[in-house]
Amino acid sequence: MRIWRKLIAVWCVLPGLMYGCGDSSSKKQLPYLGNPSTAESGEEGHPKIPEFQFVNQDGNTVSPSTFEDKIYVADFFFTSCPTICPKMKKEMLRVYEEFEDEDEVALLSHTIDPVTDDVQQLHEFAEKLGVKSSKWHFVTGSRDELHGIADHYLASAMEDADAPGGFLHSGTFVLIDKQKHIRGAYDGTDPSSVDVLMADMKILLDE
Amino acid sequence: MNKKRWLTAVALVLLSVQCHFESRNQGEQLYSIYCQNCHGSEGEGLRQLIPPLAGADFLQQHQENLPCIIMYGMDGEILVNEKRYNQPMPPNPDLEPIEVANIINYINSAWGNDFGFVPLSEVERQLKNCRE
Repeated sequence: MRIWRKLIAVWCVLPGLMYGCGDSSSKKQLPYLGNPSTAESGEEGHPKIPEFQFVNQDGNTVSPSTFEDKIYVADFFFTSCPTICPKMKKEMLRVYEEFEDEDEVALLSHTIDPVTDDVQQLHEFAEKLGVKSSKWHFVTGSRDELHGIADHYLASAMEDADAPGGFLHSGTFVLIDKQKHIRGAYDGTDPSSVDVLMADMKILLDE
Repeated sequence: MNKKRWLTAVALVLLSVQCHFESRNQGEQLYSIYCQNCHGSEGEGLRQLIPPLAGADFLQQHQENLPCIIMYGMDGEILVNEKRYNQPMPPNPDLEPIEVANIINYINSAWGNDFGFVPLSEVERQLKNCRE
């Protein structure tokens, strides 16, 4: 009988305690994504985005130092993409507008079709979207480097003659912290997933 | 006798109303598959990149070109509501004429558009004339 009472007491109190504990550290912690054993490991053992050098829509070099003291969101697209890209760009525009005045946030869109998407083409594209190059970089470079870096962002990008527009790619938005670690991956074609991204960005800015 | 006729009339009206809604429904579904990624769920387009369909004067003024544009895509600069757009539109060669008609009748009447109804026969006639 006594045991039962104790059990019941624990059953009633425990959730309260857990709630209390949870409350004192109620902030959501963002995970570290990627597999440390296959990616270049940073000091903490979490995978990091490696060095890269691309050119943006103004012809300026974009490298990891461009994002010093910034968190950034990366994606892969191409300007002549007939399928999911416009939807991705519409969603990325929401992120752009939400963080337009936040200097510690940047956006990085890589073309996976550098033959078509040269600096001029990207410049026109960014201009038509009406976005500033200081906040949202559209970058081009060598095909191998662009497709290679996609792996590090856990995004897939490849040429496929059968795919609409000639390329296959995921619509993933990847969230990178100030130490170049991957802290989130979101479906850039799904508004509710992009809402989560924007909430996570605020958590990351407070870290 | 009169009652029978009356019932038949009601049935016919109901049937045609149902057909109308099914066509519109199919048009809406096809729109979401083939058009919405670019033109948006509200026909709003995307900035200066992709033109809107909602309230678009271009749509109203180019009714006779719509079947060919939807089926075979388009290229070059166009003016929509006094704004310039120049992004190629991809073709949709797998669509059937009836599907093209349903898409047109959906975008012609969605989001406050009131650009009229296009019968299938007219769409078929226009499609015959667009191949070069």
